[in-house]
Amino acid sequence: MKILTASALASIQDSGRLGYRSMGVGRNGVMDSWALQAGNALMKNEANEPAIEIALGELTIQFEESVSFCLTGSLYEAYLDDKRVPCYWRINATAGQTLKLLRPLQGMYTYLCVHGGFDIEPVLQSVSTNLKAGFGGFEGRYLKADDSLTVKSESSLPVIGVARLAPTEVIRVIKSSEYDCFTESSKQAFETQPWKLQSSSNRMGYRLEGTAALEFSKPVEMSSHGVDIGMIQVPPQGQPIVLMADGQTTGGYPKIATVINADIGLMAQIRFGKACQFVVVSLEQALREQQKRQHYIDQIKEYANEN
Amino acid sequence: MELQWQLCSETNLALFFPKPITLEKQQKCWALSDSIQKMPEVIEVVIGMNTLSVFIVPLTWAELTTFKDKLSDLLNDIPSKTIHGKHVEIPVHYGGKYGPDLAAMANELKLSVEAVVELHTKATYTVYFIGFQPGFPYLGGLSESLYFPRHAIPRTQVPAGSVGIGGEQTGVYPFESPGGWQLLGQTDTALFDLTKSSPTLLNAGDTLTFKAIDIHQ
Repeated sequence: MKILTASALASIQDSGRLGYRSMGVGRNGVMDSWALQAGNALMKNEANEPAIEIALGELTIQFEESVSFCLTGSLYEAYLDDKRVPCYWRINATAGQTLKLLRPLQGMYTYLCVHGGFDIEPVLQSVSTNLKAGFGGFEGRYLKADDSLTVKSESSLPVIGVARLAPTEVIRVIKSSEYDCFTESSKQAFETQPWKLQSSSNRMGYRLEGTAALEFSKPVEMSSHGVDIGMIQVPPQGQPIVLMADGQTTGGYPKIATVINADIGLMAQIRFGKACQFVVVSLEQALREQQKRQHYIDQIKEYANEN
Repeated sequence: MELQWQLCSETNLALFFPKPITLEKQQKCWALSDSIQKMPEVIEVVIGMNTLSVFIVPLTWAELTTFKDKLSDLLNDIPSKTIHGKHVEIPVHYGGKYGPDLAAMANELKLSVEAVVELHTKATYTVYFIGFQPGFPYLGGLSESLYFPRHAIPRTQVPAGSVGIGGEQTGVYPFESPGGWQLLGQTDTALFDLTKSSPTLLNAGDTLTFKAIDIHQ
């Protein structure tokens, strides 16, 4: 398939590059891993098959082959030629047809998955794009007009649709190692006040702003340590940053909490200017919620494989 | 203070050695990392500045409890690992457009530019770990006379190859990035090269010296 126009931030991502943090190479990968897994399940792909991640703008693609695809994640207004494309449905495109993604109606990140996947050479065992260091994915960068992607195989699958995870602003977290370094009122404010997503947020981190900044009960001086997607760092000025997929491998700010694995995708879908609310849950609950998500993916897989 | 593992997410446990930062504690981190890496639950171990972070596969509550106990047992008697790494010399253009903060820093430290460069090039640094961005070395061994605070407002773009000082640390930025360090100079040496079988020029335990190619005023 060929990219005709790209004002959107569109990059090739899989579930991430693991095992190279000790070289300073972070995970990258999708912002919403549940949406990628749902898309791949619907397409009968392996869970980690790469997709095009699309955010904040338009993307027009011309198919040069007959292929079955789907859009998952945020709800994008999209058209195949002039026919509206519903998200979370399998769609069959034929050579010469044009897919136009106009704008996200809800959420931030959409995934274009194709049956069989894209033919892309992995770098350090992953095809995720490392935009900062410029490797992986498609030439280590965002897609632009005239780029050509090879689809591994032609396909046409029965048209079926599946449910998506309901979007929410209520994000569940577990306490992290420095939770008790914050004042009681800050711990309370963390859960009670809304946190507005700043437009300076990106794939590296989601910067939040609340009316009351978070305060430490005693000065905390941390040494650089390994960090990961979902961890909520609090710099000295007291406004938290949620580390996201392109986060650095090590950081030095205290961490109040971590978004549970089940909810990281939902966090990723919050839009600039919107607020989220944090709720602290137990580790046990976090692990149960993770299993529920896995069950949701398994259900899609089962239904997709029957059709 | 008793050492204990802290749960930082469902799939991440961290160990923080108490300050001050020492090479001895780092050698314990290196040794612990070797044994932890072999455990079946472990995806990868990240060594930080006298810290360790263990990334694991998703586990159930019971499995996680057992795993945490296994990790804690390792703390009863922590071995030490000495790495006999290679030595690397990094040639640097100091000052001028290469090191826009050198003159002001020297002035603030009441030293000549040459004296700052001499102190920076005289020391042999040890790579404690690679982190932050691909190939970025965290170094121990900076002369105390060169400790200097970071910029209050970080630069939005630090050029690739920049050599700088941030607090008690010195290092090299392999890639262009935002950053708050004081910039002393710049090197053409690539710190990360995917065409090499070992993409990072430096690894934990290696030693490093900086060599002045020239000094610009």
